[in-house]
Amino acid sequence: MNNTNSMFARATPLLFGVLFVIGLVAPFAMYPTFLMKILCFGLFACAFNLLLGFVGLLSFGHAAFLGSAGYICGMLVRDLGVTPEVGVIGGTLAAGALGWVFGVLAIRRTGIYFAMITLALSQMVYFFVLQWKATGGEDGLQGVPRGHLFGIIDLSNNIAMYYFVFAVFCIGFAIIYRAIHSPFGQILKAIRENEPRAVSLGYDVAKFKLLAFVLSASLAGLAGATKTLVFQLASLTDVHWHMSGEVVLMTLLGGLGTILGPLVGAATIVSLQTELADSVGSWVTVIMGVIFVVCVLLFRRGIVGELQALIQRAGIR
Amino acid sequence: MEIFGVPSALLGSQLLVGLINGSFYAILSLGLAIIFGLLNIINFAHGAQYMMGAFVAWIALTKFGVNYWVALLLSPIIIGALGVVIERTMLRKLYKLDHLYGLLLTFGLALIFEGLFRDQYGISGQSYPVPELLQGGINLGFMFLPIYRGWVVVAALTVCFGTWFVIEKTKLGAYLRAGTENPQIVQALGINVPLLITFTYGFGVALAAFAGVLAAPVYQVNPLMGANLIIVVFAVVVIGGMGSIMGSILTGLGLGLIEGLTRVFYPEASAVVVFVIMVIVLLVRPAGLFGKA
Repeated sequence: MNNTNSMFARATPLLFGVLFVIGLVAPFAMYPTFLMKILCFGLFACAFNLLLGFVGLLSFGHAAFLGSAGYICGMLVRDLGVTPEVGVIGGTLAAGALGWVFGVLAIRRTGIYFAMITLALSQMVYFFVLQWKATGGEDGLQGVPRGHLFGIIDLSNNIAMYYFVFAVFCIGFAIIYRAIHSPFGQILKAIRENEPRAVSLGYDVAKFKLLAFVLSASLAGLAGATKTLVFQLASLTDVHWHMSGEVVLMTLLGGLGTILGPLVGAATIVSLQTELADSVGSWVTVIMGVIFVVCVLLFRRGIVGELQALIQRAGIR
Repeated sequence: MEIFGVPSALLGSQLLVGLINGSFYAILSLGLAIIFGLLNIINFAHGAQYMMGAFVAWIALTKFGVNYWVALLLSPIIIGALGVVIERTMLRKLYKLDHLYGLLLTFGLALIFEGLFRDQYGISGQSYPVPELLQGGINLGFMFLPIYRGWVVVAALTVCFGTWFVIEKTKLGAYLRAGTENPQIVQALGINVPLLITFTYGFGVALAAFAGVLAAPVYQVNPLMGANLIIVVFAVVVIGGMGSIMGSILTGLGLGLIEGLTRVFYPEASAVVVFVIMVIVLLVRPAGLFGKA
C-alpha cells in the first residue's frame, strides 16, 4: 500500500505538469469555446466534489451558486460597465455569500435532509431570478460584453479568452488542491468518515462544514461568472435544478472524492451533450438518466476511481 | 360579501385550490415518508411517478376508452407494479450503501421517465375531461364549488386517513412500524422483511400515481407536472419531518392552505411561500414540526 501511495505521490506532479502543457496548447488543436465550456464545468464539478467527495455532504442546489454568480457578473459587466475581472470577483463573492446563507440553514440537518433543503433553497433562487425584472426573466441576461481584462487585453478574441478561463481554472483548482491537502482538508475527511468522533476530538464540526460549503459555493460561483463571460449570456438553465443534477452526475461519473475525477466527468458529459444535441435531441435527458443509473448500480468509483484501482492492483502485483 | 377587503368568492376559491394542492402535498409526502421509513431512501422519482399516473389515465382514456373510475384503480396498480420491479431489480442492491445512492438512483430514474414522456408528448399539456358524474358545481352562497374539486379533496383525504389507519391500527401496519424501528429483529421473528419492503415501495409509488389520476382533470397532464411539485413536497417533508404519518398529512394540508391564502393577498410570493416557511422552521425548530430532535 505504502509503495503504491508513494508511487502516486511521485507521479502526481508529473501528471499535473503534462495536463498543464496540454491545457496550454489545446486551443490550437480544438475549438476554444468547447474547451472553455469544459473548463468552466470542470471547475464547477471540482468545487462540488470538494463538498460531496471530501466532506460527504450532498448538495442538490449547486446550480444556485453557478447561476447567481453568472447573473451578478453579467449585470456588473453589462449594466455597470466594470472590467471582466471585477465582474468575476463580484459574482464569486455573491455566490460565497449565498453559500453562507444556504450553509447556515442546511447544516442544521444531516444526510438526506441536507440534500432536500439545498434543493428547496435553490428552487427559491430560481423563482427569484425568474420574477426579478433585472435578470431578464425567461430570456435570461443577454448581450454581456466580454470587455477588456484589466482594461487592456481584449477578451473578444477567443484565444485570449481561453487563456483567461484557463488561468481562472488553474487558480480555482489550486485552491481546491491546497484545501484538500491541508490540515483543514484532513479534518473534513475525518468528519466524512466519522462525524461523532470528530466532535469528540473537539472539532467544531458545524463550523468546518460551513467553511467547506462557503468555499465550494464561491468556487462554483467563480465557474459560473466565468461561464457568463464566455457565452456572453446568463440564462435560467444555469439556476434550474437540472443543472444541480448535472454537476452531481459529472462528479459521480468522473469519480467521487478523486482530485481529477470531476474534470474528467465534466469533459465527458459536455462532449456527450455536444455530440448528442444534434443527433438525438430530447433524448439527451434520458441518456443522462441512464448514465446516472448505471453509475450508481455498477460504476460507483467513476472513471478516475476505477483507473486508480487498476493502477493500484497492478502496483501490488 | 367581503373578508379583509377580498371578495369571499375569490378567497373561497383560492382556499379550495390551496386545499387541493395541500391534498396532493399530503398524499405525496405521506408516500415519501412511508418509503423513507422502511427503505431509508428518498424517492426522487416520486414526482415522475405521479406524472406517469396521470399519463396512464390519459392514455387509457384516449387510446382505449377506459373511463376515469377504472383508471383511478388501474393506474396506481400499473405504476405500483413498475415500482415493485424497480425495487426488486435496482433499489435492493443499494440498501447496504450510503443513503445518498438511493437518492441518486431515483433521480436518474426520474430523468429517464420525464425524458421519455417529453420525447413522446412534448411539453404542452394534454387535457383530461372531468368525469360525467362529477361535472358541474354547487353554489354554496359565499362561493361556487365545482363538484370535481370537492371530490379530489374528499378522495385524497380518505386515502390519507385510510393509510394512517392501516399503519397505526392494523397488524400489517404493526409489522411495518416494527420494520422501520429494527428490521433485523422483525426478520428474526419470522416476518419476510424483503417482501414487506417491496410491498411498501410499491404502495408508496401507487399513492403517487393515485394523486396523479386525481390531478389529471384539474391540471393539464404534462411530462413536467411532477418535477416542480416534488421539490415543494421535499420542502413539506423538511417542514413536517418524516417521523409521523399524521404529521405528514397535516403539514401537507396546512401548507396548501397557506399557499392558497398567499395567492390571494400577495400572489408574487405564492411560488416560494412554502420554501420561506421551511427556512423559518429550520431556524426555529431544526428537527421539523413533527420530527424527533
